[in-house]
Amino acid sequence: MGIVACTRCTKAWPFGTQICGRCGHKMVSRDFGSLQRVWAFWVMGLMCYVPANLYPMLQTKTLFQKDESTIISGAVELAQHGAFGIAFIILLASVVIPLAKFWAIAFLAISVKSSKMASNHARHFMYEIVEYIGRWSMIDIFVVAILSSLVQLKTLATINPGPASMFFALSVIFTMLSAQAFDSRMIWDDQARDGDSV
Amino acid sequence: MKDALDHETSMPLSDIIVCPKCDAVYHLKIPKMGEKAICQQCHTVLIAPRHKAGLKIIAISFATFILIIGAAFFPFLDIDAAGNKNSVSVMDAALAFSSGPLLMLALATAGLILIVPLIRVVITLYVLVPIVLDLPPSRYAIQAFRLSEALRPWSMAEIFALGCAVALVKIADLATVGFGPAFWMFGGLVVLVVAQDNYICRWSVWNSLENPKKS
Repeated sequence: MGIVACTRCTKAWPFGTQICGRCGHKMVSRDFGSLQRVWAFWVMGLMCYVPANLYPMLQTKTLFQKDESTIISGAVELAQHGAFGIAFIILLASVVIPLAKFWAIAFLAISVKSSKMASNHARHFMYEIVEYIGRWSMIDIFVVAILSSLVQLKTLATINPGPASMFFALSVIFTMLSAQAFDSRMIWDDQARDGDSV
Repeated sequence: MKDALDHETSMPLSDIIVCPKCDAVYHLKIPKMGEKAICQQCHTVLIAPRHKAGLKIIAISFATFILIIGAAFFPFLDIDAAGNKNSVSVMDAALAFSSGPLLMLALATAGLILIVPLIRVVITLYVLVPIVLDLPPSRYAIQAFRLSEALRPWSMAEIFALGCAVALVKIADLATVGFGPAFWMFGGLVVLVVAQDNYICRWSVWNSLENPKKS
């Protein structure tokens, strides 16, 4: 076609244009560095996710005891108290969704190279879900922030954030960056290739 | 490249619109008010003009601005356990991490909940008010709108609101928890942020920034 389009404002320009004349966004027809950035952020996110699960997320001091709970032990504790619903939400938001996200981004990045694994529509749908859901993992950090500022009742009970909260936040941020670095146009490229050859 | 467009680049580039998500190319045809132009390949909404959207967005932005400021400083939850009382504002919650190495986290939290949404609202007003009033665009309006678009995924006020609910349930058996005024402000804020995102048609904004009406 000989044109290149701005991914920020959808304006088309002649091929080889570097910077969008309408909004000033940097333009590349296909961002071949994209996959490298996806993987770099992906690895960073995974590295942060490990300590996020090993270190305590919350330190609870009540009258007689001091508790330190990680993400999983906190959920297990809630389940033992009978709050299965909340335990389920927490496990879903901070264990299942992050892991699914790591898997999904890796799958998308690999499938760009060998395209016969799933239909383009399925992959694009997956990409949109990953992009949409990524931000919601931050909810855990906000819960910790709310709890630790609210529950400061001197001797009776105090809750303080543990080191895992920082790693978890970093992990969420890195996976969001990883998903943003993925150039979704690559999903559709192999279709164009097939179309040309037929 | 799959084309809704057959004749090779014979038409001027300003008559072409390209889906930013999947690179499908279309012949630009501006839909009527209330209709939507949707990418046939990946179903991304390309253009969606609404009747008097500009005025509505400005109204919503003003409301959001006031609510953010209010929600930041009024207490939004208070707790009462055996005579020990404590109430916190969103500001306190954001700065809960402010001791020692977690300071970065405090800044990030405050940024995501309050500062990023605030910046986006201010930019929206700055960009849209001249457009709606048929004045020439503000200086740096284009750069500002681009920044606002880049910040979109990082504006997390609605996630914080859900976080409140989870936190409430978690400590409900430990103490009596009550809602402060800011809690309801935050509830309203969430609705407004979603409404604003629905009304704004990015393509129309870019278009009017590029071709300002002469006045």
